[in-house]
Amino acid sequence: MSKTVNVLIVGVGGQGIVLAGEILAQAALEDGLDVKKSEIHGMSQRGGSVTSHVRFGERVFSPVIPAGQTDLLLAFELLEGLRYATHARRQGLILLNTQKILPAPVLAGAAEYPEDVEAKLRENGFRVVAVNGLELAKQAGHPLTVNVALLGAASVHLPLSDEAWQKALERHVKPNFLEVNKKAFLLGKEAGFTELT
Amino acid sequence: MRLLLSGNEAIARGCYEAGVAVAAGYPGTPSTEILETIVQWPGVKAQWSPNEKVALEVALGAAFAGARALVTMKHVGLNVAADPLFTAAYTGVNGGLVVVVADDPGMHSSQNEQDSRNYAKAAKVPMLEPSDSAEAYEMAAAAFEISERFDIPVLLRSTTRISHSKSPVVIGERKELPPPQAKRNPQKYVMVPANARVRRVALEERLKALAEFSERCPFNQIEYRDQDIGVITSGVAYQYVKEALPTASVLKLGMTYPLPRHTIEEFASNVRKLYVVEELDPILEEGIRAMGISVSGKPPLPPYGELDPTLVAQALLGEAPERPSEHTSLSEIQLPQRPPVMCPGCPHRMVFYVLSKLGATVFGDIGCYTLGAAPPLSAMDTCVCMGAGVGMALGAYKAGYTEPFVAVIGDSTFVHSGITPLIDIVYNKGAVTVLILDNRTTAMTGRQDHPATGRTLSGEQTHELNLADLARAVGVQDVHVVDAYDLYALEQAVKSAIKHPGPSVVVVQRACTLVDRHSWKEPMQVDVDMCTACGVCAQLGCPALKPPIGDSAVAVIDPLLCTGCGECAQVCPFNAIGWFGVE
Repeated sequence: MSKTVNVLIVGVGGQGIVLAGEILAQAALEDGLDVKKSEIHGMSQRGGSVTSHVRFGERVFSPVIPAGQTDLLLAFELLEGLRYATHARRQGLILLNTQKILPAPVLAGAAEYPEDVEAKLRENGFRVVAVNGLELAKQAGHPLTVNVALLGAASVHLPLSDEAWQKALERHVKPNFLEVNKKAFLLGKEAGFTELT
Repeated sequence: MRLLLSGNEAIARGCYEAGVAVAAGYPGTPSTEILETIVQWPGVKAQWSPNEKVALEVALGAAFAGARALVTMKHVGLNVAADPLFTAAYTGVNGGLVVVVADDPGMHSSQNEQDSRNYAKAAKVPMLEPSDSAEAYEMAAAAFEISERFDIPVLLRSTTRISHSKSPVVIGERKELPPPQAKRNPQKYVMVPANARVRRVALEERLKALAEFSERCPFNQIEYRDQDIGVITSGVAYQYVKEALPTASVLKLGMTYPLPRHTIEEFASNVRKLYVVEELDPILEEGIRAMGISVSGKPPLPPYGELDPTLVAQALLGEAPERPSEHTSLSEIQLPQRPPVMCPGCPHRMVFYVLSKLGATVFGDIGCYTLGAAPPLSAMDTCVCMGAGVGMALGAYKAGYTEPFVAVIGDSTFVHSGITPLIDIVYNKGAVTVLILDNRTTAMTGRQDHPATGRTLSGEQTHELNLADLARAVGVQDVHVVDAYDLYALEQAVKSAIKHPGPSVVVVQRACTLVDRHSWKEPMQVDVDMCTACGVCAQLGCPALKPPIGDSAVAVIDPLLCTGCGECAQVCPFNAIGWFGVE
């Protein structure tokens, strides 16, 4: 693989975005690649907007993805998907979790939550794969496995080996939760394939 | 072993392998994880100190005793620790002393933006700047060698994108050092003027030797490629340059003070156009110009905020970045912001609800509770630096401020820098109320212990500083202790303290809801028949509560987010919120 692959994970503090970035970066490392991952801590548990940049390839320099060069935008939440869509390449792929989390200004009635996010993204030429991560996580057996289910869906579009993903999961998921997370990953993967076709 | 490590983890690992015996610091984003990482390994005595000045003095004492010592802080922490640092450059170290400072360009989690490279020049100490985790690991170990060889503290400067980015590092084993040996030498360590004058001259000699070392330092490297463009750069900016201009020649400076003059001259003479790319202040640029070397044009890079590959490409090549999707209709949609908010069940929320209701002027401080400034609570008037609110409240009193006012400060921040201004309030007879929001942790940086929690960094039980007793001991006679969840008691205590004609302290107690998860209760419920949609609950700004606004005719509580703290139940004038059993 000569070209650097850029994955931008976006969502809301508390959704497990930092861990998702961790697992993805670890999978790239397991495949023997150079990898860089960057995110902003501090606000992650306070309901703020959270992003994680993961880049992998033969040699990666910048820890942040250059503007407009995101190959895969993995959006854990609709509004955040819309907010960061302009970071994706033209006709770039957006993997969209159909979950909606209302931000403070919307709760307070000071702003409106945008309608028809998926349609808006498609109108703008993006390829959108929409999955219901929460539903998949519940099916797997635990609502907190949304992040791993979404990684499963993302894995369909990323040049990393199954073995690397498994090792990365084993490294970063507590043993008690490993089985349910592996199941979530598989369900996510199936959903990623189905939505693609 | 090849591991994926953050810059902070890599620094911790490098220091550990270099045989560090003592590590101290105060939590501060983006530096916090260094001590949290190193504490897990044997042979290192790691500790949170009350503030950065104390931490640096602890490390300096360890170095005096002959041990290798590490001290960590964020950029504003170095302001607090600057006093010992400047004189430690004179005394020198004995055991190696490395001061890690993590800057926060772009102010992701800080009240200001500082370039700590200024401190290297001002304090006359060498500085190393890594550009990724592997370098952070190598430099951490090298910093101790430099510190001991040149008998001087070494500044290791990180930034958010180094500290909180991960990249591969091949780690090794810890070097076992011989037992530390102190070398008592009052002429060297007692900085009275007569000794200090001698050490000042000796410092100049050490700086000269360091400048020569900088020429040979393996962290300063020339990479010749196309010699039409040459770029001098350091830190994470190096990565942006490599990304944006893969064919340019680069002089990468890993040791940025003192600068390697001859290396820079050589590089400058071998490239046609010379640029300097650095984040924040033009420190390299000014240093290079001062050598009489001309830098071609000034790339229009802002002296504030973070750089990125796109900005660098634009500045040096004049190329607009390929960002096709910007031209789509998406950029025209106004999207709601998603600011950070106090967590559901946060014990700070009710205090600000009360202060907002009373219309009091609030001299705030640094911590999670600074979020009390945001709507709908909107109950903060100032926030400057650790401890500033307490002193500012006294100043306002002295100026004859007539509105009701209070200082608000967290427990960890109070121990860090709030005690001395409280003493000033008593000493200079200020009728000032200080609210200490005691959530039993340093919450904003990820919940670290401090002297008033009764637990150390390594998890050991220790003496628990009693904040109410401390207030009484310094002479505050009007001291209240209230539960942060008890609206009535809280309001009465604040009102009474403001009325009191002398100094008052109200300790508002309740553990951070993220620390104290086991006391979460069943989610609250709304009795839809009782709810009149009055909207009072909206003033709390709790993310678990959707107030009766817009399409919602009654308040709605999200059972997945609610911790059952009962704050909303207390503010509801119609008793419409409570636990009503199975719906």
